[in-house]
Amino acid sequence: MVMTTHEEKMRTARFKVDDTAHIVIDGTKCRSCSIRPCITVCPADLFVPLDDGSVLFNYEQCFECGSCYFVCPEKGAIQWTYPRGGYGVTFRES
Amino acid sequence: MTNGEVPHFDVIIVGAGPAGSAAALITARAGLKVLLIERGEYPGAKNVSGAVFYGSAILNDLIPNWWEQAPIERYVCRRELVMISPKTSVSLDFRSAAPGYVEPPFNGFTILRPKFDRWFAAQAEAAGAFLLTSTVVDDLLRDDSGRVIGVKVRRDQGEIRGDVVIACDGVNSWLARKAGLQRDLSTHALSLGVKEVIGLDEAVIRERFHLTGNEGMAVEYVGAVTENVHGGAFLYTNRESLSLGVLGQLSSLVEQKKRPYDLLETFKAHPAIAQLVRGGTLREYSAHLIPEAGWGMIPRLFSDGMLVAGDAAAFCLATGIYIEGINYAMQSGLAAGEAAIMACRRHDFSRRTLANYVGFLTQRHVLTDLHAFRHAPKFLNSERLQNLYPELAARSLEMLFRVDGRGKRKLVPLYWQTLRQTGVKPRHVLKDVYQIARAYLW
Repeated sequence: MVMTTHEEKMRTARFKVDDTAHIVIDGTKCRSCSIRPCITVCPADLFVPLDDGSVLFNYEQCFECGSCYFVCPEKGAIQWTYPRGGYGVTFRES
Repeated sequence: MTNGEVPHFDVIIVGAGPAGSAAALITARAGLKVLLIERGEYPGAKNVSGAVFYGSAILNDLIPNWWEQAPIERYVCRRELVMISPKTSVSLDFRSAAPGYVEPPFNGFTILRPKFDRWFAAQAEAAGAFLLTSTVVDDLLRDDSGRVIGVKVRRDQGEIRGDVVIACDGVNSWLARKAGLQRDLSTHALSLGVKEVIGLDEAVIRERFHLTGNEGMAVEYVGAVTENVHGGAFLYTNRESLSLGVLGQLSSLVEQKKRPYDLLETFKAHPAIAQLVRGGTLREYSAHLIPEAGWGMIPRLFSDGMLVAGDAAAFCLATGIYIEGINYAMQSGLAAGEAAIMACRRHDFSRRTLANYVGFLTQRHVLTDLHAFRHAPKFLNSERLQNLYPELAARSLEMLFRVDGRGKRKLVPLYWQTLRQTGVKPRHVLKDVYQIARAYLW
């Protein structure tokens, strides 16, 4: 299919998942953030808004692009590093 | 690495993309002891581009007839620039069999980065560079004076010493920031690209894009394709697939609250695109940031013991006419390699010697090209160029070509009416004409 859902897109990428997250969110800082741009900007749609106003991040399918880090308006809310060598996303055709 | 001794290299290069592998190739050929570090499982595993590679002549100087052995897709002899409104498209179609377009060394090639980068890094290895994959560099090693003397990798006993460290660690360069050479980047200076590789039969590609043999095409789009987000889109022909994607300025994506993958679907559904991708199958979805502000976002390029090249140095030319990065990455990697070779010969790794990098970059046209088009990125991201002019072009041609029995009008009144419909003031147009002239003409 040429028109694809986000789930179908994500199924085409390959990930080697580490047991610890390379990106850690301080949810308390997200509660005071009114715009939370990470939620819409993430190309893998990995940021989930929670009822208490904080944000949950699913690191397993991360493209490591850095968009969330650069759009985040709350200093220190996102601890961002690359995954351990050899882990994370592996592109084959892009 | 035995007996707990810290390993030492003449040159350590971080990142095996086109910049890093070019630097590794040239320094290894000069007889230096070179370490090329890559965090992916293989070079290219983390890399995403459109991609058209316009650096064939550069690479041909290093590896004669490189395209005969490298994993290339198609050589680009057709280009199209398309302005789009929701239902209409207006384009400039270029096709050439002139010298340089259809025979060696060719003007540009479509490539798939995981394959191309892997091949290119292997050339650096063949020249004698040591390639270390699956290894992430977390920090720089410094001596008491602050000079960079190596890198810290995320492994046991993770210290590696080197006389010169070349940071080719991509757009999101932690090393350039940790060295204090680059600031945190602004969301205005970055674009997020989302891309799909869509599998399509080779014969269908040839027929649909009017190509013969291994000819290829590169199409770039501006206008309603990104809705109100500042950006653009592209479609490139590979051998048995299409690479297509949408770019959106990060600040603009946030402001408009648009999800990048939704824009990609809107793009594919446009009547001008839908017919080109029809019948294809999604092979891979990917995303990457692009340093698009050009001259205005270049970091300080060297310090004691360290150089910055490629996307890490924001060497990307995004002017609308030119959308090039891989060639500048390669040129800057070669320039950094030349500066490192000079430093090693003189046994002087201070910033005074490494400053020669700037001269090498200028000789290789990296800084001169970026400086010449320094006004283009800002103009490209202006509201009117992004949304109004494509709309204006589409609407005026819709009126020009429509035959509805009401009598025809000449061009000036027709454009005047369209201008008024779209709400653009003539003084704005004059201002933009000046901006275009300043950005592109002299």
